[in-house]
Amino acid sequence: MAAVAAAFAALLVVVPGASADLLTPESGGSPNANDIDTLYKITLYVAIVIFLIVEGTLIWSLVKYRLRRGGPEAAQIRGNTPLEMGWTVAAALILVVLTVVTFLYLDDIENPPASGPNGLRASQARFASIDQPEPPKSGGPILRIGVNGQQYIWRYDYAGGDQLFSYYEMVVPTDTTVVLEVTGSDVIHSWWIPELGGKVDGVPGHVNKTWFKIPESKAGRVFDGQCAELCGEGHADMRAEVRAVTPDEFEAWADRQRADIKAAGEALSEQRKQREARGEVD
Amino acid sequence: MEAGTAASRTARPEVVLHGLRTRPRGWLEWLTTTDHKKIGILYLFTTFLFFILGGVEALIMRLQLAQPDSTLIDPGAYNGLVTVHGTTMVFLFLVPVLAGFGNYLVPLMIGARDMAFPRLNALSYWLLLFGGIAFYCSFFFEPPQAGWTMYPPLSDDAFLPSGGVDAWIFMIHLTGISSIVGAINFIATIHNMRAPGMSWGRMPLFVWAILVYSYLLVAALPSVAAAVTMLLTDRHFGTAFFDPAGGGDPMLWQHLFWFFGHPEVYIMVLPVFGMVSEILPVFARKPIFGYKAIAASTVAIAFLGLLVWAHHMFTTPTPTVVLAFFMLSSFMIAVPTGIKIFNWIATLWRGQIVLKTPLYFAAALPGLFVIGGISGVILAIFPVDWQLHDTYFVVAHFHYVLFGGSVFGLFGGLYYWYPKMTGRLMSESLGKLSFWLMFIGFNATFLPQHSAGLSGMPRRIYDYSDQLDVGIYNLISSIGAFILGIGVVVTVVNALVSLKSGKRAGNDPWKGNTLEWFTQSPPPPNNFDVVPRVRSVEPMKDIRREVATTSVPAETVAQPAAPRSL
Repeated sequence: MAAVAAAFAALLVVVPGASADLLTPESGGSPNANDIDTLYKITLYVAIVIFLIVEGTLIWSLVKYRLRRGGPEAAQIRGNTPLEMGWTVAAALILVVLTVVTFLYLDDIENPPASGPNGLRASQARFASIDQPEPPKSGGPILRIGVNGQQYIWRYDYAGGDQLFSYYEMVVPTDTTVVLEVTGSDVIHSWWIPELGGKVDGVPGHVNKTWFKIPESKAGRVFDGQCAELCGEGHADMRAEVRAVTPDEFEAWADRQRADIKAAGEALSEQRKQREARGEVD
Repeated sequence: MEAGTAASRTARPEVVLHGLRTRPRGWLEWLTTTDHKKIGILYLFTTFLFFILGGVEALIMRLQLAQPDSTLIDPGAYNGLVTVHGTTMVFLFLVPVLAGFGNYLVPLMIGARDMAFPRLNALSYWLLLFGGIAFYCSFFFEPPQAGWTMYPPLSDDAFLPSGGVDAWIFMIHLTGISSIVGAINFIATIHNMRAPGMSWGRMPLFVWAILVYSYLLVAALPSVAAAVTMLLTDRHFGTAFFDPAGGGDPMLWQHLFWFFGHPEVYIMVLPVFGMVSEILPVFARKPIFGYKAIAASTVAIAFLGLLVWAHHMFTTPTPTVVLAFFMLSSFMIAVPTGIKIFNWIATLWRGQIVLKTPLYFAAALPGLFVIGGISGVILAIFPVDWQLHDTYFVVAHFHYVLFGGSVFGLFGGLYYWYPKMTGRLMSESLGKLSFWLMFIGFNATFLPQHSAGLSGMPRRIYDYSDQLDVGIYNLISSIGAFILGIGVVVTVVNALVSLKSGKRAGNDPWKGNTLEWFTQSPPPPNNFDVVPRVRSVEPMKDIRREVATTSVPAETVAQPAAPRSL
């Protein structure tokens, strides 16, 4: 037991520097993901200290006080009030510290900041909205996207004028605060792109919120994720992608996508008229 | 009230016997028994059978996940395995196996001749067995595929029309009634039937834990019983409790389920903590360190355990203030849990530790449980949970709690009490072999799963992408699972072989502290011909000391009427 525990302890101590992902969550795509990562690391360091103390004293006691010929008699101790009070208070204090640290980071994790200067401009972005119930701290345009989980695909509805939506791949501008309003249309799904922050459940009948803001330097990157709430046979295959592009590229994509949607709608209408003309529709 | 004193017995009316039923022989005796020891053994045998079934299901899943893009089983079957494995281990193994140990041990430990309601006790067992059979019958049509948490709308008839979910609901009802009836029986027994002199402060810590386990069952089970009934009427009778289209809400299920589901975790682990609190002092040749603190922390954990349920729901649409409340309540539960772990280590400290198999398993519990406890605190921080929720990090966390904690502890309990139940000792060499295989296999299985979760692998997926870079974690995990499986098989073989060939144990092979070691192994149907008067929390230690100093036989020492002062 000693050897295994020692190896594990060594692993815990050595690895955080060596590899980013072995012992810490994914991050790097958005400030909230980075803050969660930092908060997790602070907790992990506290945890490592507690782990080493507990395992150390346990293994040391088992080895040192094992029954040996001529060894000392077992000490008939029934308790030690100051010691017991001590470790109770110590445990409570550690938790108070963790509570304080959590609340220090909470605001930045939870509340979306304003978009950056190189983000989507309000004048350009007809679909950018500032009329949301909880505006970001310093106002400014943000991009709102409705995320709808369906067995077994994600649909994204961009807020604003002409209809703009997409499936599977979400295209977003960099340096822009993107607020997601997540729901599910059949069963519960959970939206999760690890590098862009925590997950939120899409519960039918509810709207759940999260946000991300991808830095300029990440333009051109694709962030992967998948549904994180068991939603049926296709759950493992319900993947999602977020493609970060520059605001100009985003504009171009949005125009193209809107045009395609419009063309598809017109084609559908045309088809219906033809079928009516042929007498195929009542 | 203290039963069995001479004065109270004469004051009562005489019971007149009108006839004598002959005791049936052979298998009929097992079918009709109301003896708490036989029922306890039926419980243990049945639940270990379910443990093996659940383990085989786990191994099939690990085989499927050993490599990315595996095609061994299809997604529907995998979701079925996920559901059946979780359900089996929670409802058909961990909760009832503790009822089994409790049934066997509680009357012996408190010096009673049976449980308060022996026939109700038999009912508890048979309801459990038939609940399990009803559930496993779903293999003949289609097992449920919505996970052991059975979240609607997925578990609604629109998405899972097959009867698997209904079999699950039926099982929850049958095992739920079984557990509630059993819990009431434990409560009545422990409150009323303790040996003379056994005040609350002298009650064995395992009995304390079973008492708290029983109260928790009574408090938590009605919530899940209500929830599954609502699910049943949603599925078949047109109600819409959980259907937003009809004005219902899927969140209601989650609240009702977890109001039961979180106390359930403590239901599954507190009695095992009690076992460890019995085993460690015996093998350290020391009294338990901080008896009162351990008993009090059991009560505190149970109380706080009723207030933390929504930490399973941190990613749902819920106001931040609610999330913060459940983070703080979850933090608070770490304090009494920490107290227990420190007390166990202090019990070992400066002892004379006899390194027998029960001690190996019991001492592994604090070492492994602390990992699950620490990851639990990390998960309680709700912004961090947003990243970790529903990933393999959580899978690793609760297996450290329920396998590293519960299963290791109760294997220690099996090795410790097996000689009392059978009259024979289990093999030490096989026991230690089993321990090391299980210890290494367990850590190899679940330690890498933390990393898989942190790298972005959700739980309950039949297949994962090669790009996720979690292949190596999963391969190690699958290899570890088979080592763990072999370790469990070694103990099963040990238990079966030792039944015939084990060394004879005698009344008290370990120099135990509690009353069950006073009687023969296995105990006679009436448990005790003489119920010893209890003068401390370690009555057997008092009796041994008295026998050693006065060379009077133990039976005489124990006579409650004997005029002697200890």
